[in-house]
Amino acid sequence: MLRTQFWKQFFEEAGDISRFTGRLFSQWFKPRYEITEFLRQCFIIGYKSLPLVMLTAFIMGLVLTMQIRPFLVDYGVESQLPAMVGIAIVREIGPVITALIFAGKIGSSIGAELGSMKVTEQIDAMEVSGTNPFKYLVVTRVLAATFTLPLLVLLGDAVALYGTYLGVNMSGVTSFDLFWTKVFRNLSFGDVLPAFVKSFFFGFAVGIVGCFKGYNSQKGTEGVGRSANSAVVLSSILIFIIDLIAVQVTDVLGLN
Amino acid sequence: MGITKNKEESARTLKQGEQVLMVRNLYKSFGNHKVLIDFSFSLHSGENVVVLGKSGSGKSVLIKCIIGLLKPDSGSIEVLGESIPELSDDELDQIRMKIGFLFQSNALYDSLTVRQNLEFPLRRHSIRLTQAEVDQLVKDALEDVGLAYTINMTPAELSGGMRKRVALARTLILKPSIILYDEPTTGLDPITSKEIIELIKDVQQKYQAASLIISHDMNCVRMVADRVIMLIEGRNYAEGKYDELIKTNDPLIKAFFE
Repeated sequence: MLRTQFWKQFFEEAGDISRFTGRLFSQWFKPRYEITEFLRQCFIIGYKSLPLVMLTAFIMGLVLTMQIRPFLVDYGVESQLPAMVGIAIVREIGPVITALIFAGKIGSSIGAELGSMKVTEQIDAMEVSGTNPFKYLVVTRVLAATFTLPLLVLLGDAVALYGTYLGVNMSGVTSFDLFWTKVFRNLSFGDVLPAFVKSFFFGFAVGIVGCFKGYNSQKGTEGVGRSANSAVVLSSILIFIIDLIAVQVTDVLGLN
Repeated sequence: MGITKNKEESARTLKQGEQVLMVRNLYKSFGNHKVLIDFSFSLHSGENVVVLGKSGSGKSVLIKCIIGLLKPDSGSIEVLGESIPELSDDELDQIRMKIGFLFQSNALYDSLTVRQNLEFPLRRHSIRLTQAEVDQLVKDALEDVGLAYTINMTPAELSGGMRKRVALARTLILKPSIILYDEPTTGLDPITSKEIIELIKDVQQKYQAASLIISHDMNCVRMVADRVIMLIEGRNYAEGKYDELIKTNDPLIKAFFE
């Protein structure tokens, strides 16, 4: 009985999100274009996430290097440390960790903001004021999340690699030039491109889930908290599912 | 100035006592729950009509159907001669410029200042105004509600009564022919409630607009209403002047006035 109820809710929600996404695409290219609001959201979503993304990326690069080094020392291939950590960061850890941080910060913020606008009738007020609230609130936020996350991933990767450089130099001496040479010699276009492309999908998932949860928020202030929370949970799960699919696709395309 | 022209045009076309809103045989339900059942009434220029009913009786649903935020299941809603359920988005936008809506929760945008909140409908509706005209309209609207000094504050810095006044200023900024008030005194202390009621009366005198007020505050009903409509069990149960309704022996109506 409980299992039936779970699957019923699951398919209902999947259907609702699909309809919501369909509505997004149907409004995406139609005028009026909310350019100013889109740019404002890029600033809020992208620029204001930058410090958190940079900090976590730096620590991630440093810690990863310190954790891997002992194993490489045991096998006598310590010199491969920059290349190994570099590939791990660029191909997988950088995009996924940045996307998860992004889901935690931006997914919850969008869910809570739209949820609170919904329960305090601000979305209705917007519609009465001659504004298509779906276009103004949802389309701009989803687009901003989709296009800013890949940039954050690129910057995050760079900072994580700098953390790696410091980590490498904590127990040895490797010049700045030699470190980057070792990293880039082992990186190919096939490593960077799939990671960059999948981060667009991560950004889209975070944006659409946050907006869906917030826009359909119910039951007053309690519902706002629930929207924010479920936006983070669902978008984090989606990030891993997209990652899984991306690995299969790149494998099929021979980019692995 | 664009707005002034609109106001002048509407003043030319709307005569005192002319019908501005007509609702006929309106039905609205959510799932199996019937909220409005065969509801009919009309509103005329220059008059204040209060729709009185219990919480959850469908008052807000009625007002949201009128402004086009909800679609009725059946029945007709005509605002200034236009059938609301049949209008396209652009046509609805045009007619909404002539309707002011004061939301129960004020619905001020938290992330914007008072000035930006008031500018929002001016900039979003299809009206061409210069910055000087926008500034003047914002200033006038805030002066009308006595809160010109709050122009650069955010809603979070205002008290409940002040937020209601700012929301009313935003409602008035397009100088509407019809003003819809959704429970304007709910959640306010008696003194602030009285101030808001006085403000509604002042607005009525200044703009000569038709007002539809949704309320269950009997003070508001007594002080403002030219006509009262009793919304009971989704129907227009009774209609008349406050003094007439207060004398009735019908137990459902008496329950409100006792």
